[in-house]
Amino acid sequence: MSQIIAKNFNLYYNNFHALKDINVTINEHMITAMIGPSGCGKSSFLRAINRINDTIEGVTTTGQINVLGQDIYNKKVNINALRRNVGMVFQRPNPFPISIYENVAFGLRVNRILTKKNMIDIIVEKSLRDVLLWKDLKDKLKKSALNLTLEQQQRLCIARVLAVEPHIILLDESCSSLDPVAVQRIEELMLKLKDQYTIVMVTHNMQQAARISHDTIFMLSGNLVEFNTTKNIFSKPIKRETQDYISGKYG
Amino acid sequence: MKINPKLSQQLSYCILFLVTICAITPVVFIFFLIIKNGVPNLTIKFLTSMTKDGGIFPAIIGTFTIVVCSIIIVFPVGVFAAIYLNEYAKRNLLTRLIKLAIVNLAGIPSVVYGLFGLSIFVMFCKLGVSIISGALTLSIMELPVIITTARNALNNVPYSFREASLALGMSRWQTVKYIVLPNAMPGILTGTILSIARISGETAPILFTAAAFYVPHLPHSIFDQVMTLPYHLYITSTQVPCVSKTILFGTALTLLIIVLTISLFAIIARLYFRRHRKW
Ligand SMILES: Nc1ncnc2c1ncn2[C@@H]1O[C@H](COP(=O)(O)OP(=O)(O)OP(=O)(O)O)[C@@H](O)[C@H]1O
Ligand SMILES: [Mg+2]
Repeated sequence: MSQIIAKNFNLYYNNFHALKDINVTINEHMITAMIGPSGCGKSSFLRAINRINDTIEGVTTTGQINVLGQDIYNKKVNINALRRNVGMVFQRPNPFPISIYENVAFGLRVNRILTKKNMIDIIVEKSLRDVLLWKDLKDKLKKSALNLTLEQQQRLCIARVLAVEPHIILLDESCSSLDPVAVQRIEELMLKLKDQYTIVMVTHNMQQAARISHDTIFMLSGNLVEFNTTKNIFSKPIKRETQDYISGKYG
Repeated sequence: MKINPKLSQQLSYCILFLVTICAITPVVFIFFLIIKNGVPNLTIKFLTSMTKDGGIFPAIIGTFTIVVCSIIIVFPVGVFAAIYLNEYAKRNLLTRLIKLAIVNLAGIPSVVYGLFGLSIFVMFCKLGVSIISGALTLSIMELPVIITTARNALNNVPYSFREASLALGMSRWQTVKYIVLPNAMPGILTGTILSIARISGETAPILFTAAAFYVPHLPHSIFDQVMTLPYHLYITSTQVPCVSKTILFGTALTLLIIVLTISLFAIIARLYFRRHRKW
């Protein structure tokens, strides 16, 4: 089954046409990578999937994006519920300036999804275990999240998203501020998570896309140029532009 | 002529240091003067007896109630207005005009606010010369300052926190309440501390709206007029002959202590928020 379907989707920043007629069907329980040169609209598209673009003034859209069988640009959609279903991890780790525990529990608490302390404890532990932080941090849960290493912070941000039990996780160059060892370990984490979640990730790093994604979307100046399995994109791309980008012509 | 870098470095250091000394010397001197002359007069009797017995108790109560009332009014109004302007308002012409107006309001001389308060609160609203009229006038005067400092404090909260919160499915208001406001609180309270200090010492806005030359009894409600420390100080030092210097300095010192005490609450609150939120 497919979980994200874009149909003739356009996005404008005021008069600037940033996404042009995007049509794509992203599959469930897979990692889909989005590649393309800087400024081609990767983030814009990713941020359209949880409607976080709405927070920017002057953004307008046409067309549809269906997420979990629902047109998310329909007026009746509950945006907050949508965003709980579609979690997002940003480029720079951005934990809240509160304790590690409170970071993970934040989404549950504020929305009163859970109120009993022991229930929240269970979810916090499970989320931290899923991102492989539990062992290191279980005695430091009360400490500020800002004292963690960048890698730990980024894992914590993933745990924070997992705690509200989304179906889809969007990652926007979430490894770019990490060192190579940390990148590798986050990649392992993503491979583990894809069994339970649908993952869409933007990356500048083509090796990374090749290593861990099943499908790849190639974008160029607001157009979706090619969508195919990663294997095909990297071994026998159909479009000329894809070929050029893969071989490094755009730098 | 070219001065060598080492010399110019030392020269600039000296000049900056001297200017700083010049700036703080008067303050230190005033403090010293007030404390030295005021302390001997700062007896329990002076602080707690009525005016006819040579005390300043009514003025203390007056200043205290006016300041507390106006902070109770101006703090929530100012902070909510700042939240609206910073977190909700679209960037259009109207918002720009409002922001411009706020900046300009902060530059109006305080006596103008006094006259404004006289015509609106005292006369038009028929609140009379009273604590509430004075407090409202001071609130109006301090509102632009509170809004501006609160907006700066809100602005200083990194945008990435808001984005992370919204992306977790929090509503805009939840984001403000649980993320933005707690992180902006230290900054907002710093602004409030300065406002309290300014409000406590102002004479002009309450001259026509709240302060009385002499009231033989304590205020019974917020609709009574009161004596206040700054006005009392002004009256006793200019209008009443042969008042001993120590009484004047005692009054000044009391005013100083009240300002510091009220500010202390804000400082403690700020420390509390600082300790709990850090980034
Ligand atoms: N808030 C905005 N207002 C106006 N234009 C914007 C805004 N955000 C992005 N754009 C423009 O939209 C285009 C696509 O931007 P986007 O951030 O989606 O690119 P990207 O592929 O993610 O690039 P990068 O790899 O550098 O992150 C760019 O030309 C950019 O200048
Ligand atoms: Mg981007």
